[in-house]
Parts: sequence; structure tokens; C-alpha cells
Amino acid sequence: MVSHPVTIEGLTKKFGSFTAVDKISLEVNKGEIFGFLGANGAGKTTAIRMLCGLLLPTSGSGAVNGYDIYSENEKIKLSIGYMSQKFSLYGDLTGRENLKFYGAVYSLPDKELKERTEEVIDALELKSFIDRPAGSLPVGWRQRLALSAAILHRPAILFLDEPTGGVDPVFRRKFWEILYDLADQGTTLFVTTHYMDEAEFCRRISIMHRGRIIEIGSPQEVVARHHQRDLQETFITLISGRDADG
Amino acid sequence: MGKIRHLILKEIRHILRDPRSLFIAIMMPILMTMLYGYAINLDIKNIGLAVLDYDRTVESRELIGRFYNSGYFIESQAEPDMADPELVLKSESASAVLIIRSGLAKAMATQAEYQLGMLIDGSDANTSAAVSGYGNIILMQFLKEQMPPGTEIPGINISQQIMYNPDLKSSHFFVPGLIGVILMMISALLTSMTIAREKETGTMEQLLTSPVKPQQIIIGKVIPYIGLAVLDGLLVLLFAVFYFGVPFAGSTFLMFAFGILYVVAALALGILISTLVKTQQVAMMLALVITVLPSVMLSGFIFEIKNMPEMLQWLAHIVPTTYFILIIRGIMLKGSGLDVLWPQAAALIVLTIALLGIASTKFKRRIG
Repeated sequence: MVSHPVTIEGLTKKFGSFTAVDKISLEVNKGEIFGFLGANGAGKTTAIRMLCGLLLPTSGSGAVNGYDIYSENEKIKLSIGYMSQKFSLYGDLTGRENLKFYGAVYSLPDKELKERTEEVIDALELKSFIDRPAGSLPVGWRQRLALSAAILHRPAILFLDEPTGGVDPVFRRKFWEILYDLADQGTTLFVTTHYMDEAEFCRRISIMHRGRIIEIGSPQEVVARHHQRDLQETFITLISGRDADG
Repeated sequence: MGKIRHLILKEIRHILRDPRSLFIAIMMPILMTMLYGYAINLDIKNIGLAVLDYDRTVESRELIGRFYNSGYFIESQAEPDMADPELVLKSESASAVLIIRSGLAKAMATQAEYQLGMLIDGSDANTSAAVSGYGNIILMQFLKEQMPPGTEIPGINISQQIMYNPDLKSSHFFVPGLIGVILMMISALLTSMTIAREKETGTMEQLLTSPVKPQQIIIGKVIPYIGLAVLDGLLVLLFAVFYFGVPFAGSTFLMFAFGILYVVAALALGILISTLVKTQQVAMMLALVITVLPSVMLSGFIFEIKNMPEMLQWLAHIVPTTYFILIIRGIMLKGSGLDVLWPQAAALIVLTIALLGIASTKFKRRIG
């Protein structure tokens, strides 16, 4: 396995004259939880979409699990899991049907699919919700179900785009415990979030502003570098300082 | 293959778990059949008329002139075949054939009994009723003016034979066309909406991060809707034949083959629409405007294409439904085969291939 599941160098995406992602470079280490932070509209989602093969970059280079993001899209897709900020399972299908469908999409053999389904149901404590239409579940359970679908095929790296949006604190805490377990088992996690308490759980973070990465390091390093009390303060100072500069 | 099977299964579940759409998909065809089955009378002009003149006299030429100068008839594109005058009706190049046996001038001079012959395409009940009425009036006026005043009008009349739809039922005309309209609705409207729904809810994005290929997604979408369209087509067909007594004179196989071809064209339109929009609502509006409306208004389903302004006639010729309706009426009412339907069939095939080509390149480009 590669030691850096994500490496990008000068990655850029332009939409017409607007530069959504501007020459960003970073490396993510295997098995770490990497927090990809930034204000709304900073370009986080665009960057993730390029890494997941949903968007073609304008320039720059990058590799996910060692596969080139321009030419080896198919291989990337087999080795990643993706959970977007929107609930993107089928609301009219039950949890189990959704899992079965995504398992088939990743070509899991029937027997293995059944075993893994039971496994994720156990791990995420979904038992009493799994046979209900996914659309009828409370938000927190929906997110957990979406996570279970994203990890069913055991991806080496999991991209999570604001996975806990609209979820209450108790659920968020539980969700992060699950993420920690995944990281312990060797899955690399690439997470965006707006919650700074969640960002503190990350091994390393980057902060994005107007398409650029303006800070990168462990949360402690970043806070210390800017002489702030905590990550929340650091983030606000960094972003509002730059907005004032124009 | 396993992926496509699961995509299809998933799509079937979507269809079955949305009772509203399912109800519309099943009830709409039945309601529309009832509605159009008992329909509407329209003013008709520019009826294609072919003439076989065996009399070849001043009088016969004068009578023919009366027909063409009446404003109701125009010269047909094709010369009728003496051996088989019906052929021009089958090939849609004329709606009626006037047959003037030799002896017209003589009968007028001697005031003898004489019969003109007329073959009328009855598959369009409105046109054929008009042809028969106009024909009699033109003949009467002609005779009145040609005979010297005071003389008795000779016993000359038109013996009319209405082909394919002798009872002049408009249901025979509308119901086959309705199959074309309904298949378009189900195929184009519903597919464009189901793809738009996946975009709207974000499931399309999720699918595209997975190892499914865009072509597999499309096939998974299209197959269940082909099934639904075939079901609806059969439903209307059964209704047409057993409730309205519309004849089914031609080949079932041919009908089925063209049905599938037409559904594929409509599905391609649906996919094309879905690449242009992001929400179900816009997909629905666009599908109504660019597929359903033309297939109702421009296809010859209700209004005769030859009565339309030139620009609309032009548009009518790129609507797949136009050709499908001619084909299906030909097959059902006239028992026509490929020997006469080939131009329409060729046009439909070309349109289908063009639409499929555009739809698949558009879909791929959006994904990349």
C-alpha cells in the first residue's frame, strides 16, 4: 500500500474566469484523519470532487491511493468511499436495500455482501433502523446509514464532505467514535467540517480560503503558530483577517 | 452485467414505490383513450387527390379543374397506378382517388345514367367525411353550370368507396395516434424526470463516485421504462381494438418492432433533456414543451400536417411521432407492410439513431 493515500501538487480548477481551487498542494498520511477546513465557498467541495473523479482538474497533478487523478479514475473509484453533505441514498429504498445496491455496484459477491452488511449494521448499531425506508429516518441515523454504505466495500480512503451537518452533538460524538475506529483499522479519512470541536479530533488539518490552502499542520501546531487559545479563534482570526485585507 | 441487473431492480423499486406516478402511468393512457376516442371535428383543406381520367374529354378535364380549384383539393404527389389505384392511398401520397370512366361527356350529352368512382382513405375519419361531402357538392355545381338552362340534370353521381374505415369512426383515426403520444409521454417525460431526480437528491453524484459507468446507469434507467412503455402501449391497443373496435389489419410483429424503435427514440429524447436540467420540475416542463406538445400538436395526431403553415410542417418532420403515427395507422387500419411504409420507417430509424447519438455524447460530456 502507498504511504500517502492522497498527494496533490498545484491542483487547480477554474470555472470560466473564476478560480475555485488555486494551486493547492498537500499530502495525507496513511491511516490519519485529515481535516480539510475552510469557510463556505472556499473550494473544499470542488477539491474533493476532483479527488473523487467527479470533476476534471484544470491543471496540477494528484494521485489517490497511488492512482493518477487524470487517467486512473476507474481504479480510484474502486478504492475510495465518498459521503457527501447531502443525504445521497435512495429514500424510497430501505437501508438494507440501499446497502445491497451499493454492494452490487462495487461488485461484491453475494455471500461477502451479506457478511459485510451484518458487520456494518453491528458496528454502526443500525439494527432497528435498517429495514425502514431510508428517507423516513431521523437525520443522525440517515448519516450513519450513508456512512455504512460508503464503507461497505472497505475503501482504503474515505472522503467525507461535512458528514455531520445538521446532526445533534450526541450523534456527532458517536459518529466521530466510529470514524476513529475506522482510522484505527487503517482507513485514511479525508473530512471537511465546519465544527471546530470536530477539527480538534483530526490528526492534521488544512485551512482553505478563496481557493488556496493558507494553513496546514496538526491542530496544536496551527493554534500555536497564531498564538490563539483554540482552533475556533485561530480559524476566525485567519479567515476574517484575510477577508479584511480583501 | 450484475451491476446493470441491480440498477434495473433499483429502478423498478422506485417505480413501484411511487404510487402516484404509477397511477398516472397506468390511468393516463386509459383516460386519454376515452377522451380522444370520442373526439372532435375539424375543418379540412388541401386534401391530396389523385385522378384517373379514362374519359379524356373537355368535360372530364373541366370537372377535374373544378376539384382542384375548389380550394379543398390539391394534386397528389404521385400518379395513380391504373392497375392498383389504392396504392397511392396506402403510400400516403393521396387521400382520395377520383376515377372517371369513359362516357362522362356522352352521358352529359344524352342525359344518361353515369357513375364516377371515388376511393377515399377512411383512416382519417374527418378528412374522408369531408372528401365525400365536397366531392358531391363540386359535382352538382359542375353539372348545373354545364347543362343548358332548363334541361334536366342527368343522373350522374359519385359512387364512393371508403377504404380502411368504412364507418368513418374518428376513434379509428385518433386511437392509433394516441399510442404514439402516450409512448412519448411515458418514455421521454418519466425518464427525464427519474434522472433529474437522482441529480436533485445527490444520488447521481454518489453513483458517479462508484465504479458504475455512465452507460450502465443509462441502461439501468432505460430498460424498466421500455417495459412500462410496452405495457402502456398494449393497454391502449387492447382498449382500441376491443372497446372502440379499431381494426388491426396488419402485422403484430411489425407493430411491435416499430413500437420499440419509437420508444428508444423517445427515451433518447428523455435522456437528452435530463442532461440539460438539474431538477425534476424543469425536466417536466422541458419534456412537455419539446416532446409531448409537438407529438400532440404537430405530429398529425389531431391536426393534418398539410394544413399547417409551412414552418410548422417543417418542424413536424423532425418529430418522431409524425412518422410513428403514419406507420401505426398504416399497420392497424390499412394492413400496410414495409413495402409502402419504408419511407416513414427509414425516417424514424434515422431520427432514432441521430437522437441516440446526441444523447449519449451529451451525457458523457456532462459527466466528464
